[in-house]
Amino acid sequence: MIRNHFQKRNQSIRDKVFSLDYLLIFLVLLLGVISFFTMYSTERGNINYYTQSHIYRFSVFFLIFIVISFFKINFWYKTAYIFYSLVLILLIVVDFYGVSSSGSKRWINLLFINLQPSELMKVALIVFLARYYSKIPSENIIQIKYIILPVFVLFVPVVLVMSQPDLGTALLIAIGGVSVVWLTGIRIKYFLYSFFTLACLTPVAISLLKPYQKARILTFIDPERDPLGAGYQIIQSKIAVGSGGIFGKGFLQGSQSYLDYLPEKHTDFIFTLFSEEFGFVGSVILLLIYMMIIYRIIKIGMNVRNNFAKLYCFSFATAFFVYFTVNMSMVLGLLPIVGAPLPILSYGGSSMLAIMIGLGIVMSCKIHSQDDVT
Amino acid sequence: MLGQSDSYQNKSRLITRRMFILSSIKIAVFISIVCRLFYLQISENIKYRSLSDKNRLREWKTTPRRGEIEDFFGKKIAKNTEVFQLHMIPEDVPNLETLFFKLSRIINFSDRKRKSIMKRIKKRNPWEPIIVFDNLTWSEFSKLNLFLHEMQGLKPVVSIARKYLEDNSSFHAIGYVSDTSVKDLKNNEYLRKINIPGLKVGKNGLEKSLNEQMIGKPGVQRFEVNAYGKRIKELKFIQGINGKNIKTTIDQEVQKFASDIIREKSGSVCVMDIYTGDIICMVSSPIYDPNKFVHGISSRDWLQLLENKKKPLINKSISGLYPPGSTIKPLVALSALENDVINPKHVIHCKGEIELYGHKYRCWKKKGHGYMNLRDAIKQSCDVYFYEVARRLGVDRLFITAENFGLGKKTLNNLKGEKKGVVPNTKWKLKNIGKGWVLGETLITGIGQGYFLTTPLQICLMTAQLANGGYEIKPRIINDIYSIQPTINAWREEFSFRNNNIASYSFGLRKLYRNPENIKFVLDALYGATNEPMGTSYRSRLINPEYVFAGKTGTSQIRTITEEERELELKNKDLPYEKRDHALFTGFAPYKKPRYAISVVIEHGGSGSSGAAPIAKKVIKKVLDRHKLRKKYQLDLFQEA
Repeated sequence: MIRNHFQKRNQSIRDKVFSLDYLLIFLVLLLGVISFFTMYSTERGNINYYTQSHIYRFSVFFLIFIVISFFKINFWYKTAYIFYSLVLILLIVVDFYGVSSSGSKRWINLLFINLQPSELMKVALIVFLARYYSKIPSENIIQIKYIILPVFVLFVPVVLVMSQPDLGTALLIAIGGVSVVWLTGIRIKYFLYSFFTLACLTPVAISLLKPYQKARILTFIDPERDPLGAGYQIIQSKIAVGSGGIFGKGFLQGSQSYLDYLPEKHTDFIFTLFSEEFGFVGSVILLLIYMMIIYRIIKIGMNVRNNFAKLYCFSFATAFFVYFTVNMSMVLGLLPIVGAPLPILSYGGSSMLAIMIGLGIVMSCKIHSQDDVT
Repeated sequence: MLGQSDSYQNKSRLITRRMFILSSIKIAVFISIVCRLFYLQISENIKYRSLSDKNRLREWKTTPRRGEIEDFFGKKIAKNTEVFQLHMIPEDVPNLETLFFKLSRIINFSDRKRKSIMKRIKKRNPWEPIIVFDNLTWSEFSKLNLFLHEMQGLKPVVSIARKYLEDNSSFHAIGYVSDTSVKDLKNNEYLRKINIPGLKVGKNGLEKSLNEQMIGKPGVQRFEVNAYGKRIKELKFIQGINGKNIKTTIDQEVQKFASDIIREKSGSVCVMDIYTGDIICMVSSPIYDPNKFVHGISSRDWLQLLENKKKPLINKSISGLYPPGSTIKPLVALSALENDVINPKHVIHCKGEIELYGHKYRCWKKKGHGYMNLRDAIKQSCDVYFYEVARRLGVDRLFITAENFGLGKKTLNNLKGEKKGVVPNTKWKLKNIGKGWVLGETLITGIGQGYFLTTPLQICLMTAQLANGGYEIKPRIINDIYSIQPTINAWREEFSFRNNNIASYSFGLRKLYRNPENIKFVLDALYGATNEPMGTSYRSRLINPEYVFAGKTGTSQIRTITEEERELELKNKDLPYEKRDHALFTGFAPYKKPRYAISVVIEHGGSGSSGAAPIAKKVIKKVLDRHKLRKKYQLDLFQEA
């Protein structure tokens, strides 16, 4: 019966090319094009360093995305633990040989690229947990022994990343992992318990936070308490977005970013610039493009036969959703400022690489949707 | 096998179910982000757009040209001149130390200056120009220009600054300008409103009282600026309105002349047109150079000014308070005549002193004047006679006359620091000292001593109102030809009555007397005081008929003379400076056709006849010499009587 469930096929390259999800590819390319224009605008209408290297990176990583699509899904299943271990080693290496920038040690110099392993961990953890849970029957999932290893593999990278320090990425990694655990069917009451425990631990956690992190939380509660210091970013960001209006100030007309009021406009605050120049309509369209991508990923997950791919697709969709919503909520003043880039639009190689690898695996699930994993 | 497959299917279903739960959360999050966008970009759009503009736009005020101050003949007392300045833009300077070294080789560039500039550089943005020198001489400026190519970042600038006439004689009347202080901003709403950095404001005199008119309205330059405040481009320019030029009634020639005469002394000279109230001269001494304040006075100079015993910063003409002494006697006589308490022919024997309730009141002439009538008493300034007059008159009736003639109240109202003075009366004493009036005080009030305090300008006004026939005039220092027109018309009418010997007076004037004969009597007595032998200012008379003037001297004691001192017959010269009497003189000229009134007050100048009258004589001659010229300027306004 199980043989019937999976149709063992040997797809030709031609078949594979035909079974690509072209709408997803189109959406990713569309985001790429939008990101070029936005990056071009951050440089006041010049093609300078940021725009150029963003275009190069996007081209290279898009290619990686397509290439990964053709890997068999079983490859990812088999290498899941190795992939995770490699990234974990890189994370540990960062701790010793990392490149420091503005007070945190996040990168390792790989000569051709300054890699940020914590970004790759976002995907690696999902892959690991998806494999781990895919073969555990849902009846057994309640057993406590099946929760020990996941908790361990989740906490080690999260703690490592937090110590860099990079609270934002650590949270995003954790959310990716938790979403796998959720999907696999752990009882809802466990989530409630742990949520309750977390709530109780919050005061302890706050006391462990660094002063600048505390300032960020206080600023989130009341940005006006330090309008030129900690509150400056969020106040200026809200001014930029709010002044955009329905149709925006127009391409290359965003005065807030053009006149340098906007901080970090290439990276975390790129949505602010986009929203200022293209207004409510543009922002909602961008949001819909992201939602379409989520929809496509979920659709792929629905059609795929094996549970590893299903778990992976749904988890990645959730993680991807969290990435862009956290970023947007942050710049719109709905969440405290934590470092969270906007997928594909933000400048930053590692983040884009991780997204492209993630999407590549999704696409591989689409192409090999009938395959079994062993 | 089947079970395994079922389990697999089950799990797959479970995952999908859980996914749907997650998806509904996702949709909720999506909706909330859209709502947030809607709130920020549509509901609150106007608020954020204005905040964005506030970020983006910044306005710079351009300083309007300050109005200039002219004297009656159009001579500029306070004007704007080009000043040579050296500006520096710190961000363009490659090396500050070498630049300062080079500068010190060319011009006087002290170490203190260097430190203060370094301090300013730190406080401000590097692209904002800093004024290194704000008032260079031409030779320094040209020398700098020669070496400018070696000194990057420096910019020679020709700017505009206040410049006062070199003779400084109008220092007190005109005042001076200086940098805006925190206090200025606090006290002046207009300054807060226009808010121009680096604006000079009037600190004293007319510069202060007419400050707002003279500043004008600032222009506005609107720029788009970046987050660091650097100007990106100019968006709008609104031209400002230059300050209003002010014409004054002052004759700078007379001003300078009078100032030169009293240069070494401490005192005041005031000259007034007795018909229009035009202040022709209002000098206070010692004077000071107002130009020193414009570019910031050094703290050493400022301390010296404050410590100077002659008080150069005080405009003594309006802020100096002196007992009028004998100069009040004509007014006391007039008051007595008006109230019918004395007959001019009444004779009193002056023995040098009288006694009242066991207290001796002395005449200035120790051996006495002998038999005196009222005219002689004014002429020779007999104190004993006026003790009797005052006793009969009473202080409250004197108060009414004195107040009518402008004593005890502000004369000009528009100059800073003007004092009201004191005309004592029974009510005043009860209110301010808390004791009842004593008759003895009436006696000394009658000779202008005791609580009596007047400003030199008040004395001048009093004489002017006597000399013009007893009509109220309103002194003025700003020459506004439109507001003076009704006064001139009234006087024309009055003159035509007089020429036709009609005993009426113009409705445009306020009469200060009851019987014109009384005024005539007092004026005649004043003629005697100056032009007849035995008169107190006889030695200072002018013989040329055109220049003949009449006036009253005054010597006001500033301390009680003890019995011993009286026995010693101490001369003023022998006393320490601070204890010497004030010398006063007031008069009018020419006697036949009066036109000007004068008052001279010399602090610690000794007796009025030796200390003040000779000065008045010189000034009167000068004023009358200038009269022909002044008449020309007023010809279309004023027909002489």
